Amino acid sequence: MCLAVPHTIETLLDDGRAVAVAGAVRTEIRTDLIENPSPGDTVLVHAGFAIEKLAPEDSKELLDLWEEIRRVSGVDYAG
Amino acid sequence: MPGDLRAAVEALRRLAEESATAVTVMEVCGTHTVSAFRSGLRSVLPKSMRLISGPGCPVCVTDQGEIEAALSLLRRGVVVVAYGDMFKVPSASGSLASMRGEGHDVRTATSAMDALRVAEENPGREVVFLGVGFETTAPATATLVREARRKGIANLSVLSFHKRTPPAVEALAGAADVQISAFLLPGHVSVITGHEPFRFLADRFGLPAVIAGFDPEQILLAMVEIARQIRAGAPELRSVYGTAVRPEGNRKALGLLDEVFSVRDARWRGIGLIPDSGYGLRGDYGDFDAERRFSLVIVPGTPPAGCRCGDVLTGRITPPQCPLFRTACTPLSPVGPCMVSSEGTCGAYFRFHREERT
Ligand code: SF4
Repeated sequence: MCLAVPHTIETLLDDGRAVAVAGAVRTEIRTDLIENPSPGDTVLVHAGFAIEKLAPEDSKELLDLWEEIRRVSGVDYAG
Repeated sequence: MPGDLRAAVEALRRLAEESATAVTVMEVCGTHTVSAFRSGLRSVLPKSMRLISGPGCPVCVTDQGEIEAALSLLRRGVVVVAYGDMFKVPSASGSLASMRGEGHDVRTATSAMDALRVAEENPGREVVFLGVGFETTAPATATLVREARRKGIANLSVLSFHKRTPPAVEALAGAADVQISAFLLPGHVSVITGHEPFRFLADRFGLPAVIAGFDPEQILLAMVEIARQIRAGAPELRSVYGTAVRPEGNRKALGLLDEVFSVRDARWRGIGLIPDSGYGLRGDYGDFDAERRFSLVIVPGTPPAGCRCGDVLTGRITPPQCPLFRTACTPLSPVGPCMVSSEGTCGAYFRFHREERT
């Protein structure tokens, strides 16, 4: 039940609704829980509601962790 | 496997070897359980690292008495709207599915807003939405209630069994008989709550706690981070899911939760009553509270005979240790809710555990 799937907002409708696409599937979603929804936004949709906009870039914490993995693993990274 | 994932597995192995202690990581969320099985991730974990499942399946932790309350509404001629996952959960007097078979009016919702439509289309009938789920689904129910008020819809109310994750995690972190070394925290609950409500794990209990998304790479990274913290002897709260989780959470959703709900004690299957772990409707929204509208008294239920769901949900046993697993209890005829739900631990073990051993 906690599955959430990234969708891209296509058009905004009235009353906190929007049409969003994920792959080939187009659905109506609610945008009440996010700030300033706009077409083109990638949002995480859970049980019919967008619960957050997805940020395009990875967080600094994640980049640090990959750095650490490279250091500890000794695996040839190009592999 | 791409080189970077191989590097992550190798890093995990080396870190685990260096710290040379057995590590039990509780994944709080059922979606993590299923993803770790399905992707084969469990099979690449170092022997010293064990993943156990926690109470993060909303269907599974819903108390027997809560299901009974929903069934009692159906017997009074009310239309009940519920997420499909709830339909097969058994209770002493049947399930939503069996009541539907007997002609009662149960509707499936994929979004809380479906209940609004049902209420609008059936103005002469009382419609109740069964609000289950954690911080991820509770804001949707809050939106439903607010919209119902705005539109002046008088025949809709909500039976709120929504639960708050941090108090349950705290109860498990403090349980004397469950030895947990670290927590893998649910990404989508954290999208709403933000980091802060889980910081006590490191600060008060000295446990590594890592927020992760649900694809196998995220879980793997979280395990590396947990192993790194254990090796360094420096537990902290971290997130590997920065693309979705802001440290401060989703302020709009949190504001809505605050507006519509008040925090109250809630009963969790297998754990019992946990202070401040539930959401009930606030006094201002009392007109939409089904408990009040129908004067419901919710009595704690007795679990099905022989079912060890409670012990499974708290990491005390794994499903194969339940004598009914795969014998009397299967997904086709589930004895307890942990077998019913697609994210339930018993259901996940039923589908994937054999493959894991081969
Ligand atoms: S296997 Fe079935 S009976 Fe046993 S704990 Fe799981 S749900 Fe309950």
